Amino acid sequence: MTSAGGPVGAGSRAEVLRRVREALGGARGPRPPVPRRYARRLTDAEAGTRADVLALFTERVADNRAAVRHVSADELGTAVAAALWGREARQIVVPADLPFGWLAELDGVRALADAPAVDIGTLAAVDAAVTGCAVAVAQTGTIVLDGGRAQGRRALTLVPGYHLCVVHADQIVGTVPEAVERLDPARPLTWISGPSATHGIEMVRVEGVHGPRHLEVLVVED
Amino acid sequence: MTASSPRTTPSFPRTSPPTAVGGAVPLPMPKFAAAARSALADTGQRRSLRVAVAAAREREAAAAAELSDWDELRETGRAVGDATLLDLDAHLETLERAVTEAGGTVHWAADADEARAIVTGLVRAAGADEVVKASSATLREIGLTDALADAGVTVHETALADLVVRLGDDEPSHLLSPALHRDRAEIRELFLRNMIMSAPPADADSGSEAGDGTASDDPAALAAAARAHLRERFLRARVGVTGANFLVAETGTLVVLESEGNARMCATLPDTLITVAGIDKVVPTWADMEVFLQLLPRSSSGDRMTPYVASWSGVTPGDGPRAFHLVLLDNGRTRALADEVGRAALRCVRCSACMNVCPVYERTGGRAYGPVHPGPIGAILTPQLRGVDGAAEASLPYASTLCGACADVCPVKIDIPEVLVHLRGLVVESRRRRPVPTPELALMRGLAWTMADPRRHETALRRGTRWARLLSRGGRIRRLPGLLGKWTEARDLPAPPAESFRAWWTRSRT
Amino acid sequence: MRVALSVACFDDALFPGTGKAVTVLLERLGHEVVYPPAQTCCGQVHWTTGYHREAADLARAYTAVFEGAVRDGAEVVVAASASCAATVRAAYPRIARTARDPGLARAAEGLAVHELTEFLVDVLGVTDVGAYFPHRVTYHPSCQSARTLGVADRPLRLLRAVRGLDLVELPAAGECCGFGGAFAMKNSDVSVAMVADKVRHIRDTGADVVCAIDNSCLAHIGGALSRLRGGVRTLHLAEILAETGPA
Repeated sequence: MTSAGGPVGAGSRAEVLRRVREALGGARGPRPPVPRRYARRLTDAEAGTRADVLALFTERVADNRAAVRHVSADELGTAVAAALWGREARQIVVPADLPFGWLAELDGVRALADAPAVDIGTLAAVDAAVTGCAVAVAQTGTIVLDGGRAQGRRALTLVPGYHLCVVHADQIVGTVPEAVERLDPARPLTWISGPSATHGIEMVRVEGVHGPRHLEVLVVED
Repeated sequence: MTASSPRTTPSFPRTSPPTAVGGAVPLPMPKFAAAARSALADTGQRRSLRVAVAAAREREAAAAAELSDWDELRETGRAVGDATLLDLDAHLETLERAVTEAGGTVHWAADADEARAIVTGLVRAAGADEVVKASSATLREIGLTDALADAGVTVHETALADLVVRLGDDEPSHLLSPALHRDRAEIRELFLRNMIMSAPPADADSGSEAGDGTASDDPAALAAAARAHLRERFLRARVGVTGANFLVAETGTLVVLESEGNARMCATLPDTLITVAGIDKVVPTWADMEVFLQLLPRSSSGDRMTPYVASWSGVTPGDGPRAFHLVLLDNGRTRALADEVGRAALRCVRCSACMNVCPVYERTGGRAYGPVHPGPIGAILTPQLRGVDGAAEASLPYASTLCGACADVCPVKIDIPEVLVHLRGLVVESRRRRPVPTPELALMRGLAWTMADPRRHETALRRGTRWARLLSRGGRIRRLPGLLGKWTEARDLPAPPAESFRAWWTRSRT
Repeated sequence: MRVALSVACFDDALFPGTGKAVTVLLERLGHEVVYPPAQTCCGQVHWTTGYHREAADLARAYTAVFEGAVRDGAEVVVAASASCAATVRAAYPRIARTARDPGLARAAEGLAVHELTEFLVDVLGVTDVGAYFPHRVTYHPSCQSARTLGVADRPLRLLRAVRGLDLVELPAAGECCGFGGAFAMKNSDVSVAMVADKVRHIRDTGADVVCAIDNSCLAHIGGALSRLRGGVRTLHLAEILAETGPA
């Protein structure tokens, strides 16, 4: 048997660490410096103003084959209802702490709050999930969910076939480094850049393999 | 400890069950040239590979060119990789502490046998008789699927291409697109035969655009069939198994990049999550991810960001699995680490950019490189992980023209040709110890001896020229003897002119 | 300027015309050419095939020969073979490290070997060398010249200045021809598959001549063209630059 003798679950901890130390030798020499000369912010040429950042985000989300629309805070409830209506969603799931106003205009749509947690079978049967996000990245057209306010647990945006995500303009940063800086890695994070896709057959892109087939982003400008 | 499995001869599963027990006889892997020969004859694969890698190459080049600081990012990626390896022991201990504090359990596997045993034990302890498995070169490397099958556990491959490879009972041919060697018609056949989709009605037009999902060979219809087939397995699975792209030591965070959503499913829906990752996947800090989350997507799929990036640290109450196990795998990585030149290969982030630009890979496909790591990176990783005693492993460093296209695109600046040449040196050194020298060794030594002295060189040159001119007709040589015969299989050699340059110089200038 | 000529062992035996052309060309440009007769081989084949001890011996001999030439008054070492120049410049430090021979490392560092087109364009500052070559020509940028040395467009600038020459672009020029030294023998099937595509691209240009700055790659391409009766000649760039036509 393998892993006999050591503490339960530890396996060959000591052996692997010994091999690492042996491989590196006693005198490892000075550690060379790590240069970090890459850009942390968008350049003026990429996006000089806040409006440019939002425009870039919109363009890149669309490049990722997600639908994207800009709405004002007043219009949000209507926009959510219209988007769900457009996808013929009858039953949706939402995080328990989703702002009430987002769903205020729903008509003929049943919204299940994920409290207590909706069972997996029900989750698989609903048509859509509506959430907010933690951060969004303009350069890559990405939304990031961290399970915080209005986002819920990870399964909500994974199992249903359609994910409608509300992004507030002030959540959009320019670059990946800015997003990494804002996020807390202790939380479960999901970076989403478009719908589920595969290149598994002849490297042809097909959307909607396991995750949501459709992603739609509503950008709320105040 | 793993007394049952000496490091120099890791058992290496291929297609059929290798048994999960240590000491299994490794099935021989063919030498690269032999495997390449049959791959070259596969005209269908040649065509699809050419088209696919050309498209991937273009996407990646465009994605890299879009960032004005691409070279700076690569330089940081290289430097972070090197710095991490120099303190790998400390980073691994930090990682273990952080994962444990976040509610996970860390296991250490010295080799593939031990990793298989740990995972099998964990699956059994969870009381599961089936698992959902995400795509991972590391899981392939340890032969987990066969080991679990031997232990009576059904493994559901959940990535579309992995499912195809599994159904076809063959080897992956590309890191990102493992089923690249199968075309849509073959995949349709596999799906029908394995009841992933049902047979067409007698009057149905196969491949019809109607997309009724019954038996079309349209990629979208095939993907939809796989989705439906796997969906119920996801919903009932109690154990998920994944690999990881990065392990952030400081925070104990695992990072997985994928595009289908199957890895997210494996990591989110089951009660128990088991992740197996090589010890080379460690990065020191969360902030380092700002570099790799730019380098990897653009170099692998050519996306600005891979559709899904999932990360987690331990377990989160009310969200995702209740138990999380991380299995840290050595399996030859410390052997590579001990080699100051070869260790650069451990910086690899498995993006597959090198294979998409490699003129050899483009013609042979991935399976000629053996079962785990295809392409140029495989040619330097596999011989280091497994040693160069075997003829197949020893053939891999020679599976390159050293053209350098791979090094040009590598996002962490691995100088693959440098490592290839270095490994060739190790291969030759290991052969020098043999009692009977290989013909090549005798030839190369003789050549070097001759060239060490200008007079010997000149004499040999004159004699060689005479011989070669005797072999030639009409100014060219169509057939050479011995080792050089390989050249004239398909290429002529010009007959050497009667007067060498040095003879001309002596005659005309002195 | 006094130039010590480094002639690849391969060129010495199989392509003596290249060394002659370099001699003629440099003398035409008003320079003195010397050929250190003790030179044999830079060690490239041994190094890239894995015979690192032998490569180190050959590298020591090579550096000794050209250090001697410099002592005897040569101001610069010029090689017409890009891969030999690349070996001295990029591989010698590694050969020295592998052999744990700091003396070789120092010698390699002190020995500035110029590839011919670099020498012409960078050191002499000429692109028009007064050549006349009335043919349709395409240029194959060999991997060692383009990637390891980084000669960039220097060869093309020289070709564009040749009178009468019709320069046509080679499709997929940057792709390796499949030679790769031992690769051509050890993996001859793949090598042939690669050169088949290279030959197809060359023939698509309609050129009479394909040139490069590495005779080894040209021997590979030319060997395939010859076997197929491809009707395209291979020539080292130097041999084009040396041509002045009928006086």
